[in-house]
Amino acid sequence: MSIDTSKVAASNRTAAVASKPSKVGAAAGWADERLGLAAMGKKNLRKVFPDHWSFMLGEIALWSFVVLLLSGVFLTLWFRPSMAEVTYQGSYNQLRGISMSEAYASALNISFDVRGGLLMRQMHHWAAMLFIAAMMIHLLRVFFTGAHRKPRELNWVIGSLLLLLGTLEGFTGYSLPDDLLSGTGIRAADGFIKSIPIVGTYISFFLFGGEFPGDAIIPRLYTIHVLLIPGLLLALIAAHMLLLVYHKHTQWPGPGRTENNVVGFPMLPVYAAKAGGFFFIVFGVTALMGGLMSLNPVWKFGPYDPTKVTAGSQPDWYMGWPDGALRIMPGIESHFWGSTWSWNIFLPIIVLPGLLFTVLLLLPFIEGWITGDKREHHLLQRPRNAPTRTATMVALMTIYACFWAAGGNDLIAIKLHASINQITYFLRAAVFILPIITFLVTRRICISLQRHDNEMLLHGYESGVIMRTPEGSYYEKHLPISEARAYTLTVRDRSAEQLTPATQDDTNGVPAPKGRLSGFRDKIRTLYYADDVDKPTTAELEEAHHHADHEAHELEALDGHSAEGHHFDGRHPVSEEPIRPEHH
Amino acid sequence: MRFLNRSAGRLSRHRRGPVAGLAVLLLGLLVSGGLYAALSPSSSASSTASDEQLVKEGRELFLVGCAFCHGQNGEGQTDVNGKLIGPSLVGVGAAAVDFQVGTGRMPLAAPGQQGPAKPQTYNDDEIAALAAYVASLGPGPAIPTEADYSTTGLTDEEKQAAVVRGGQIFLTNCTACHNFTGEGGAMPRGGYAPRILDTSPKHIYEAMLTGPGPMDNFSNGNLSPEEKRDVIAYIQSMRDQPGFGGFSLGALGPVSEGLFAWIVGLGVCVAFAVWIAAHTTRSTKKKESQA
Repeated sequence: MSIDTSKVAASNRTAAVASKPSKVGAAAGWADERLGLAAMGKKNLRKVFPDHWSFMLGEIALWSFVVLLLSGVFLTLWFRPSMAEVTYQGSYNQLRGISMSEAYASALNISFDVRGGLLMRQMHHWAAMLFIAAMMIHLLRVFFTGAHRKPRELNWVIGSLLLLLGTLEGFTGYSLPDDLLSGTGIRAADGFIKSIPIVGTYISFFLFGGEFPGDAIIPRLYTIHVLLIPGLLLALIAAHMLLLVYHKHTQWPGPGRTENNVVGFPMLPVYAAKAGGFFFIVFGVTALMGGLMSLNPVWKFGPYDPTKVTAGSQPDWYMGWPDGALRIMPGIESHFWGSTWSWNIFLPIIVLPGLLFTVLLLLPFIEGWITGDKREHHLLQRPRNAPTRTATMVALMTIYACFWAAGGNDLIAIKLHASINQITYFLRAAVFILPIITFLVTRRICISLQRHDNEMLLHGYESGVIMRTPEGSYYEKHLPISEARAYTLTVRDRSAEQLTPATQDDTNGVPAPKGRLSGFRDKIRTLYYADDVDKPTTAELEEAHHHADHEAHELEALDGHSAEGHHFDGRHPVSEEPIRPEHH
Repeated sequence: MRFLNRSAGRLSRHRRGPVAGLAVLLLGLLVSGGLYAALSPSSSASSTASDEQLVKEGRELFLVGCAFCHGQNGEGQTDVNGKLIGPSLVGVGAAAVDFQVGTGRMPLAAPGQQGPAKPQTYNDDEIAALAAYVASLGPGPAIPTEADYSTTGLTDEEKQAAVVRGGQIFLTNCTACHNFTGEGGAMPRGGYAPRILDTSPKHIYEAMLTGPGPMDNFSNGNLSPEEKRDVIAYIQSMRDQPGFGGFSLGALGPVSEGLFAWIVGLGVCVAFAVWIAAHTTRSTKKKESQA
């Protein structure tokens, strides 16, 4: 293929000639003189994003939030947050002529009589489910890779608050249509509030403007749903993003990647296209789900009526775990001085979520206190290199999963032909026992993987080539890993270095000031790093390389033959390599 | 007046006579029998004969297939510990037999928490015979006819009103166990409220009438025959209703929806994230030039 050089030359000539500023350039100049965009843009348009799929999980949450805003605005145009009684006269036959709240009638109207209304309703709901799910896996990624360490602890707190607010936002939205399911949800929430000792009934009366259900709760929830929480969410998302820009992005360690730089692609042109494209993908996924998959078919539930309840009355998935805790809680109740303390409701639904959320919020601070690590970290850790942290999160996930399963105990019972009672008994124990088991197992798996990394560093990777010695014994040939890979594997701290006591006497023997908990902290820190496999020392590496060189020398005769091993290790092109080369 | 007094006195003279009691008894029997014959629905002699034949056939089938648990006369049985093996069938009526045997729940394959619906073991004639036999044990609800559960005779508006009324009754009385879609739900200790969308109208009617297993008994005083018909009309309208929102995802409520949000929604988005991060032209070129 030859290149048409005449055209290249022509294009070069036009490019070299300075032309007068274009209209776009003039407009940009006008704006820059007034807003100072150029200076800001110059820096931020070149903001670097490292390339890794796991860094895009938060973006799923961000883009589904945008879908929520767009579809939510559409819904507000037709939804009427009113509990006034109306008689339904819309197109859904099975409910025509029934008395219902205006809120429910308008939800039916959106579903059946507004063009594209049902699609928008379902997109809004699917995007909400996706929003919280994406926040959660983003949280898991951050924690498993150690991205919550200094200086990003406060961004972790903001993210946790976003998760909490997202959950509340979801719950208030779930409650708005005033169908049987959402009304049952509000009734349950009323019960939860009333379970708070002494003040519960007062809070409930305050929220509902009297006894449940009253006629105030839906307008109030509506204001919270479309104004208060979205405002807070937007503000916190903005803070989250600003801190992201300020801290710069974390990155995986590797050659050329240090604590002081970020290696990746600039916002313009690469990441603007990638992230912008990802918005359209998330939008497309929610649109397809909204169009194809039925979600919360409010018309089947009928209007809310406190005398009715349906099997399968469950909250959306993100509220499933407190619901599960409620389902497996044994019925304990006390009476003091004429007031009832419903531990069976108060503990699982008020105390437990509060407690676990506090733990979540404090995780970076707890870890920082245990490790005493005050350094800044911009390089991520592989989950295996922090076995205790990884195991802690897996244990927390196990607790979550047990409660989650309990929230669907009735469906597990029908679909797996099991007894709902036995599932409940099992989960009552499992929620305490399984986290311990998964903690220990995960920790040992991490440590084994660390050991595996060390073996790769010292002895190389498994080539898959089986060698036979002159004596007739067999072994698998190991080949050294590349330098880049070896570098990546060795960019990590030694646990032993972290174990120096947090407080040391100074050189003159003056005892350092010790907090009351310092002894306890030293013990916890020892446990935190216990059994960690440190990366090999330089001496060990040299010794291993020397050994490998020796072996390579012995096998020199095999050079250029398949048995050399490089050819069939899956890392080299082998299309033209004969398995058994011709003898020259 | 004197005449009346005299005749009453004449009757009164015989009231303690030896045949007086017999005469009064005969008179009473004659009056009540005559009244019964006059007022009760006429039954032809031939159908009585075939009913007797049917009961006889039913008893033979019953002794072979049912008596092991329910006792030789349908009186029910307990084991030595007093645990119920099979309940008494006296007074359950033909409707209960038609439901239990007609949906294949009886005969039970094995004792357990609940008899599952399965292909029926007896043919329709045999079920009719069994039902006739059990009905002969004591009065109970009869098998409903199509007129009881069908809305065919009604005008469109009446049908529409029936569906709306039935929907409200369904949501009040049925969804707590059978789910708002009629998909069914869990009951304690491995029991379950079955899916009712594919159940025939007759069997739904019979289930309401007889309350099989842990189900409530919706007698006619509780839910009138018209209301039962309306419930059936609603259930059928739900079955025939198109999926307005798309695939039903099992129609089980938020649990299956959450499952799909995670697996389909998040799964697809994460797969795209992997794809986007993996497709950077420049990094690919660099790798190629390195190799």
